[in-house]
Amino acid sequence: MLKKKELSINMGPQHPATHGVLRLVLELDGETVVKCTPHVGYLHRGTEKLGENRTYPMALPLTDRLDYVSSMSNNIGYCVAVERLLGIEAPARAKYIRTIMAELTRIANHIVWIATHALDIGAMTVFLYSMRDREWILDLYEMVCGARLTVTYPRIGGVRCDIDQEFMDSCYKFIEDFPKRIEEYETLIDQNRIWLQRTVGVGIISAADAINWGLTGPTLRGSGVAYDVRKAAPYDAYDQIDFEVPVGKNCDVYDRYRCRMDEFRQSISIIKQCLDKLPDGLVLASEAPPYDMPIGKPRVMPGHPMGEILPGELVEEKVPFDELYSATEVPKGELGFYFVNDGTARPYRMRIRAPSFVHASVLPKLCEGSLVADVIANIGTIDIVLGECDR
Amino acid sequence: MDISSFYGFLGTDTTDFILRMIIMVAKIAVVIVIALLHVAYSTWFERKIIGHMQIRLGPMRVGYHGLLQPFADFVKLFFKEDIIPSSGDRPVFQLAPMIALFATISSLAVIPFFNDFVIAKNMNVGLLYLFAMSSLSAYGIILAGWSSNSKYAFLGGLRSSAQVISYEIALALSLVGIMVLSGSLNLVEIIEAQQKHWYGMYVVVQFPAYILFLICAFAETNRTPFDLPEAESELVAGYFVEYSGMRFSLFFMAEYIAMIIMSCIAVTCFWGGWTLPPVVMKALPFLAVVPGLVWFLLKVYCHLFLFYWVRATVPRFRYDHLMSLGWKVLIPLALANIVITSIVKFLF
Repeated sequence: MLKKKELSINMGPQHPATHGVLRLVLELDGETVVKCTPHVGYLHRGTEKLGENRTYPMALPLTDRLDYVSSMSNNIGYCVAVERLLGIEAPARAKYIRTIMAELTRIANHIVWIATHALDIGAMTVFLYSMRDREWILDLYEMVCGARLTVTYPRIGGVRCDIDQEFMDSCYKFIEDFPKRIEEYETLIDQNRIWLQRTVGVGIISAADAINWGLTGPTLRGSGVAYDVRKAAPYDAYDQIDFEVPVGKNCDVYDRYRCRMDEFRQSISIIKQCLDKLPDGLVLASEAPPYDMPIGKPRVMPGHPMGEILPGELVEEKVPFDELYSATEVPKGELGFYFVNDGTARPYRMRIRAPSFVHASVLPKLCEGSLVADVIANIGTIDIVLGECDR
Repeated sequence: MDISSFYGFLGTDTTDFILRMIIMVAKIAVVIVIALLHVAYSTWFERKIIGHMQIRLGPMRVGYHGLLQPFADFVKLFFKEDIIPSSGDRPVFQLAPMIALFATISSLAVIPFFNDFVIAKNMNVGLLYLFAMSSLSAYGIILAGWSSNSKYAFLGGLRSSAQVISYEIALALSLVGIMVLSGSLNLVEIIEAQQKHWYGMYVVVQFPAYILFLICAFAETNRTPFDLPEAESELVAGYFVEYSGMRFSLFFMAEYIAMIIMSCIAVTCFWGGWTLPPVVMKALPFLAVVPGLVWFLLKVYCHLFLFYWVRATVPRFRYDHLMSLGWKVLIPLALANIVITSIVKFLF
C-alpha cells in the first residue's frame, strides 16, 4: 500500500495574505488543511518591557505601534487605563473628542479590514475604493494633530489640543458622505454570488466556543454574543451616546463581515451624536501629568496648565500601590492594559491584552478541515495586526 | 536524394512552391509580430481599464499616458537575471514556458483575421486544432509547477491541470452547437455559414452556448474569477512563482495570447468574424468601405474589455465550487444545448 504523507507548507511570514508577518504551518491533504499551526513573534519589539522603563506619559507613543492601523484607539485605551490608575478625570469635551476619534478610527480600521479581506478573496477593486476613503480619515487626523498614522493625540487626562470649526465641518461632511461609500463596497461584494460562496458557512465558531477562546469585538459578535466594552463598561462619552451593537447569527465569515459593515453605520451615528452634543470647556484635565516628563529627574514646566509644578514628584505622589486592569473596545476587540504599580512613576509590570494575539490563536480551530482558500478567508475575518499580536 | 524531386513530391512546380513557402513564412512572421504587439498593448489596455475602474490612472510615466509602458516592461524583464532553482528540474524548467507560448502562438494559424486572411486556410479541423493547442498549453503550466520543486508552484500546477481538464470538456461541448449549425469545423466556413442568415451572427441563436463558452474561456485562460492556479493571496503566484525575467514574461505573453485567441474564437464562432450581419449591411451599405479587420479587432477588443471588466469586479472562486460549477452545471448545460440545437436543426 502507498504511504500517505501530508504536504506541509509554510504560509508566511512573507506571504501576501497573512497581514504582516504571521506564519502558518499548514499540513495539506490535497487542498484540505489537516493541521494548522500559527507561529507568532516575528514583530516582537518588547513593548511591554519598554513601557516598564518609561513613566506613564512617556510610554504613550509606544501604544501607537501596537495596532498601527488604529493607533488612535490604542492611545485612548492606554490613556483611559492610566487615568483610572491615577484617578484623573478627563474633561467632558475631551471625552467627546476622544469618542469621535475612537469611532473615526473604528471606521478607518474596518476600511483597512474590508480592503484586505476582499483583496484576499480576490475582489481587487474594493481594496482601492476603500483605501481612497481611508485617506479622508487620515486627513481628519492630520487636521487635529498633524500626524496621520502614529498620532499620539490623546493624552492622559484629555487630548493634546482642541478641535476647531474647520475640523467640525469636515467631519460633518464626512459622516454625510461616507454612507454612500459603504453602499459602494456593498454593491461590489454584498450579494455577489462568489463572495457568498466564499464566506457563508465558512469559518464557523459557535458562541460558546468563541467565548471559550476569548474572542472579542466583531469576531465574537459575529457569533451572536452582544458583548461590547463600550456597553458593558462604558468609558469616555459612550454612556451618554445612543448606539446599537450589531450581532451576527450564523457564526460564519459572512456574518462577521455583516457585523463590521453595520458597525460602520453605528460609528457614523456615534460621531454625529458626539459632534452635536460636543460640550465646551477644557480639553486637558488640570491635574494631567505633562507629556514629556523625564524619568527620575523632575523639572519645572512653564506654560503647562499645571503651572510651575514638579511633575515627577506629582505623579510619584499620586500613584497608589495598586494593580489595575482596564479594557476599552478597539476596532479589533477588547484591548486591555494591566498595570502593577510599585508607587513610582513607572509601572512595575505592564501587560497588554491584545485582541489580535487571542484571535490568532483561534486560527487552527477555524481552519482545520477546511480548504486552503478558506484559510485566507479566516485570516481576513479575525482581523489581526501582527504589531499588536507580537507586541 | 535529388532535391528537386523532393519538392516535386510536394508540388508540381518548384518555383511556385518556393514562392508559396516564402509568402507563408512572411504571413506567419507578420501575424506573430502583430499578435505580440497586440499582447503588449493589451497589457497596457488592461492596466488602463482596470486603473480607471479602480479610481486610479494606471501607467502614466513612460510616454504619453504610459503608451510606451509595454516596451519599458519588456526591457526590464529582458535584462532581469534569469534564476533557475538549484533543486529544480533544469531542462523541464526551461522547456515549460516555451511549451506554453508555442502552443498558444500556434493557435493563431487557423484564426481568420479578415477576408480569408488565414495562415492555414484549408484546415478542415480548425476548431479541433484550437482545442488541441489550448490543452497543450496546460502542459506548460503543469510542467512549470512540477519542475520548480516549490510547494506553492506545485499546488498551482495541480489546480491548473484539474481546472483545464474540467473546463476543456465544457468549452468544446459549448461549440458543438456551432458545428451542428454550420456543418463545418473550418473557421472560415463557419463565418460563411453565418453570412447565409439575415442575422449573420450565431450569438443570436446560440446565446446560451455563447455564455457557456465565455465562462469556460475565462477558466481556460486562468483569468479572474477562475485564477486559482495563480491566486496571489493563496499560492503567492502559483505555478510561475519561481520564474523571473524573460521566462516569466513568456508565461505572461502566453496568458495574454490565450486571451486574444479565446476572444478570436468567440468572435469567429458567435459574432461573425470580420463580417457584419447582412441585415445591417443592407440597411447601411456605406459600411462596406470599412475593412473587415476593423470589425474583427473591434469585436476582439470588446471581448478583451470583458475579460478586464470581470477581473475588476468579482472575487475568486474556491476550488471545490469551481469543480462543481464545471462538472455539475456547465457540462450538462452544454450537452442540453447540443441536444436542442440538433433537434431544431433536424426539424427545420
